[in-house]
Amino acid sequence: MNDLIKYGPALAEGFLENVKLSVMCGVLSLILGTVLVSMRVSPTPVLRAAGTLYVNIVRNTPLTLVLAFSALGLSDTLGLTLSQTPSTNSFWLVVLGLSIYTASFVCEALRSGINTVPLGQAEAARAIGLTFLQSLRLIILPQAFRTVIAPLGSVIIAMIKNTTVAVAGGYLAESAFVMKDTFDDTGASIPIFLGLAVAFMAFTLPIGFLTGWLGRRLAVAR
Amino acid sequence: MTENGDATPLVVLEGVNKHFGSLHVLRDINLTISRGEVLVVIGPSGGGKSTLCRAINRLETVDGGTITFDGQPLPAEGKALARLRSEVGMVFQSFNLFAHKTILENVTLGPIRVRGVARAQAEQRGMELLERVGIGSQASKYPAQLSGGQQQRVAIARALAMDPKMILFDEPTSALDPEMVQEVLDVMVGLARDGMTMMVVTHEMGFARRAANRVVFMAEGQIVEENTPDEFFTAPRTDRAKDFLSKILTH
Repeated sequence: MNDLIKYGPALAEGFLENVKLSVMCGVLSLILGTVLVSMRVSPTPVLRAAGTLYVNIVRNTPLTLVLAFSALGLSDTLGLTLSQTPSTNSFWLVVLGLSIYTASFVCEALRSGINTVPLGQAEAARAIGLTFLQSLRLIILPQAFRTVIAPLGSVIIAMIKNTTVAVAGGYLAESAFVMKDTFDDTGASIPIFLGLAVAFMAFTLPIGFLTGWLGRRLAVAR
Repeated sequence: MTENGDATPLVVLEGVNKHFGSLHVLRDINLTISRGEVLVVIGPSGGGKSTLCRAINRLETVDGGTITFDGQPLPAEGKALARLRSEVGMVFQSFNLFAHKTILENVTLGPIRVRGVARAQAEQRGMELLERVGIGSQASKYPAQLSGGQQQRVAIARALAMDPKMILFDEPTSALDPEMVQEVLDVMVGLARDGMTMMVVTHEMGFARRAANRVVFMAEGQIVEENTPDEFFTAPRTDRAKDFLSKILTH
């Protein structure tokens, strides 16, 4: 228990970084995932092919590789700099890598939602003169989103837990790395393990409940 | 039939052909629809009636031949096609109301998003149309809360809200419980009386007799017979039509 009191503040600071990463990646991956799914269902073969290629490559690459590529490939080799401060730079590189990765799962969750929207909805949208993008934005995606809120919750929960491998992208301030660092100095401590696990649960459990509840509440009656 | 003084036909199909794989669903279709005309398309299932109807607003593409609407060939895609569709109303067999929108939103969506009408104005017009089809009191409900007949009347109001030059009806009463068929047909008869150009794929002989100017009988992808409703039902000219009518009228 003493360990938790002693190292608690440092871990809490680290955990705050997980929260920040999660919020940024959550927003970015939802946006990017929506763009990707629009490509995957678009009438333009080139866009469809590009979307499919993206998802199949990114979804099947280990996250640590994606993050390492973002730190070593994009930043060190190609010289992509997102901030002059090194730690801020690696924060944003991790946000970029994790968002790119999570977006492929968001895309596939949304696509399964689109598949549940009856074809007649799209036909009716086209028949009143909506363009492809308008029908997608006003008719198809809103219904698809509502169907997949709960599975999207799972994707977001996985993403939150994935912030703990940020070290692969060179970002050392998040809690799991802080914990490992502490253990390297002082030996493993069960209360610290449990404390951090509880912190993550406190973050992710409500998301699971909320998305489950919203999914039922917003279900589209047919 | 030329109420607005314009004698040019609204829709002209010339030599239209369409295949679904090896199935030849439309064979050399030549058909003209005049302004203000109510055309009923009748025939056995799988005869190409729905495909013909859907080809006119290009929900189905065709393999050969030309379709012109209001003097212009149908655009292939993009904004021009969307504009054409906004001028051709469509009522589907399965209603296809937007499930996540209220009844009023279903009717105002097109005018607001496609025509750029102000919301207040679109809602006022939408309410008028809903009153006209007898659904005014249900405006804030969702489609799933309405009966089939009510949903189909909303679908008609949604088509009317775009001030279309014509409305296509693809078996509008086939998915309805028998007691709801009449309320939908009554609305359609009213539209026909008001001079709306209509193409109606239906099995409702009563509607054809009451409202149609012309009946087209289709089978195996071909137009087998074109006739006035009276002549078609009392003295069909072709054996194929006689055979079809004997099957549906004897019971």
